[in-house]
Order: sequence, then C-alpha cells, then structure tokens
Amino acid sequence: MGTATLEKNDSAGPVDSAENSATHLITVTLRIRRFNPEVSEEAKWEDFTLEIDPKERVLDALHKIKWETDGTLTFRRSCAHGICGSDAMRINGRNRLACKTLIKDINPEKPITVEAIKGLTVLKDLVVDMDPFFQAYRDVMPFLVTTGNEPTRERYQSAEDRERFDDTTKCILCAACTSSCPVFWNDGQYFGPAAIVNAHRFIFDSRDEAGEQRLEILNDRDGVWRCRTTFNCTDACPRGIEVTKAIQEVKRALITRRF
Amino acid sequence: MSTETTQAAEPEDAQVTLYDVDHPAPVIEPPRARTGKTPKASRTNFEMYGWLFMRLSGIVLVVLVLGHLLIQLVLDGGVSKIGFAFVAGRWASPFWQVWDLAMLWLAMLHGANGLRTVINDYAERDTTRFWLKWLLYAATVFTVLLGTLVIFTFDPNIR
Ligand code: HEM
Ligand code: SF4
Ligand code: FES
Repeated sequence: MGTATLEKNDSAGPVDSAENSATHLITVTLRIRRFNPEVSEEAKWEDFTLEIDPKERVLDALHKIKWETDGTLTFRRSCAHGICGSDAMRINGRNRLACKTLIKDINPEKPITVEAIKGLTVLKDLVVDMDPFFQAYRDVMPFLVTTGNEPTRERYQSAEDRERFDDTTKCILCAACTSSCPVFWNDGQYFGPAAIVNAHRFIFDSRDEAGEQRLEILNDRDGVWRCRTTFNCTDACPRGIEVTKAIQEVKRALITRRF
Repeated sequence: MSTETTQAAEPEDAQVTLYDVDHPAPVIEPPRARTGKTPKASRTNFEMYGWLFMRLSGIVLVVLVLGHLLIQLVLDGGVSKIGFAFVAGRWASPFWQVWDLAMLWLAMLHGANGLRTVINDYAERDTTRFWLKWLLYAATVFTVLLGTLVIFTFDPNIR
C-alpha cells in the first residue's frame, strides 16, 4: 500500500507536489485563552499564527502548536475522531469538538478563538474540572436496573422499543451541552442536559425497571423543571442529539405519569 | 516556605514568583458546583406544579391582560374615560370583580414564581437566596391580600 501512494506522488513530479502542498496551506491565527495557576492568577489570550491545510481540524492546529511552538499548551484529547468526548471546547464562541471542526468551516480569515468550556473550573488552559459534570451523571443512575433472575441469554427488545431511545444512546459525555447551558452556568447544582440525556437513555429503555426512580430524581429542584428550553444544548451537541427534545420528553413523562 | 523568603529577598521579582508549582494561584470556581454532598431529591411535585402553573396561568393571562388593556386603554374613548366613576361602575358587576380578582391572583402568583426562578438562577449564596425569596413572598402576599380586600370592599359612595 505504501508503494502505491509513493508512485502516485512520483507521477505528479517533485516540483509540482511541493508547490501544491505549499499553495493549499493557509495562514491562520489561533487566539487561545491561556491559564496557568502556577504562573499567574490571570487568564489571558495568546495568539499563535501557523501555516495549515484548511481541511485540517482545529485539533491538528492545537497539536501543531503544542508539538512545534509551545509545549506548555494544555488540552485534553484521546481518540481524535469524535468518539471519546474529551476535547469539547469553545471555538469562536461555540462549543464544539476540536477534532470534528475543520479550519475551513470556521472562517479562518479572522483569528479563531479557542477557550475552555464554560461553567466548570478551569484548571489549566483548555482543561476543566469535570467532576461536577460526572457527579450529575452518576446521580441519575446511568446503568441498567432490573429485578428477578438474570436471563441466560440476551434481554430481547423489539426494534420499535430500541428506536424509542436511540437518539440518546449516541451521547459521548463531552459536556458540550451542559457547558453551553445558561442555567448551568449560573447554578451548577442543575443536573444539566447531559445527565438528563443519559437518564432518558434508560427511562425509555423497555428493559430497564428504574425509570420511576430516575424520573423522581429529575422531578426535583435541580431537575428538568429548571430547563428553560434555550436550545443551546441541541445546538452544541457534536453527536447531533436532539437534547432539548429529550429533556421535554422527560418532562412530558413526568406530567403524564403523575396525573 | 522557601518561596516566602525568596520573595522577601527579591521584591522586584515578587510579581513573577508570586505563584509557582507549590503555590498555585486560586482557580475560579463556578457558582454552586454539584458534589456528592449536593442535597438529594425532596420527593415532592412542587417544581412540576410550578412549571405547569406558569404555562396554564400564562394562557389565561393572555385573555385577561389583553382584554383588560383593550377595555381600559382602547375601547370607548381610551384612557380619557377612566375615572372614579368608571371603576365604580365596573366593580358594581360581579363579572368584572371576578375578572380583576383572577387577573390579580394569576399575575401575582405567575410573576412571583417567575421571580423565584430568577432568584434561583442568579443568587449564589444560600443566605442571599433566603432573604430575596422572603422579600418576594412577603411582597406577593401583601399585594394579593390588599388587592383582594379592595376589590371586595370597594365602596362607590366613599368621599
Ligand atoms: C400575557 C400572558 C403571559 C404569558 C403567556 C406568560 C407566560 C410565561 C411562561 C410560559 C413563563 C415560563 C418561562 C420558562 O419557564 O422558561 C413565564 C415566565 C415569567 N413570567 Fe410570564 N406570562 C404572561 C404574563 C406575565 C405577567 C403579567 C407577568 C408579571 C406579573 C409575568 C412575569 C413572568 C416572570 C417574572 C417570569 C420568569 C421569567 C424567566 O423565567 O426568566 N408574566 N411567563
Ligand atoms: S448530549 Fe451531546 S453535547 Fe451533551 S454530553 Fe452527550 S454528546 Fe456531548
Ligand atoms: S478527541 Fe475524542 S472526541 Fe475529540
């Protein structure tokens, strides 16, 4: 396979390919919100200018900066392919995954701002303390609860029953939704959209038996009734989950089951 | 500890060496973070009823408030007609008494519950929350009771 790629390059001619790769690079400025408590209590913006292929992602730009310019730049990433949920950040004022955001899609003519997600404690640069986020997740019991004997084979479920909660199974716990919610910014005790999405995942699962309990948890002061249908969460979700709709479905379930 | 002596010895460096690995700057924590100790569910339907009430009272208020504005400000000569006699005439009828009573109660409770939401959103400290809500509830009870009293004890022959 390696040879095939090489041959392709060769046929294009060395001068041509060099020119090509040079011309499709563009100059972009990343304006990154830096914070290092070991140096200063102030967070400040820092500009990095680099040459990059516009079809690369913001994560590639961050890598380039970290590997070639400033090794102290700190951010989380793991899979680099939109599935682990570790690199949610506020890019040009919107929560996105750096690994799913192409440079060309976010107006590279202007400086691209990159900051940590809001509403969680910034520990360093783009890294936030995710503990409160995962505490809310834990509090909705995000695991299958059943009674009776364990079946000797898989638990059957019809295609329609599976479809009922399909959307909310896609969550990768990136916190883009919760950290885009103004209610969460102001009061971190609110469960937040991500926890509700993951409760929804089990509340509407025909195999689960603790739906009532989860509804009870979300019926409380810090539960679904604090949602003001801002739709920030739906806009932010990199998995395209209809987050606000899921929250409304939990509200509706509460109302229909309580009356 | 060694840092303290360094700082004292080199004051011109104080700004640079104020924070280091062993003495990091304080981080900025968001308001009211959720922890394992966050109070657990209270097991009441209060928030649900509050949410439903906002929507139901809102629907009724559309009719009551818009009707009220129409009658008071637009129809039959607009504001110029409003006077003691106009009010006395309307409150002579039980229909308008009930209309105004419903509007008073619904708007006050709707507004109060709305402000409760706003306080929950913006007041960070528990004591701030407590006092703001106490003030809100006191003002609401006072206004609702006083308004109700006036609607029912209004005396058109007062001078
Ligand atoms: C005219 C018809 C009205 C309708 C249809 C209506 C509807 C609503 C609804 C549905 C909410 C809840 C919003 C949410 O939970 O996200 C709300 C909130 C609120 N309403 Fe009304 N309302 C009306 C009149 C009034 C009046 C007359 C007052 C003042 C006495 C008032 C004061 C408030 C306040 C303070 C809030 C909370 C604001 C917030 O949540 O940010 N509303 N209204
Ligand atoms: S619902 Fe979407 S935005 Fe929220 S945590 Fe899950 S994947 Fe991220
Ligand atoms: S690095 Fe895994 S989701 Fe972006």
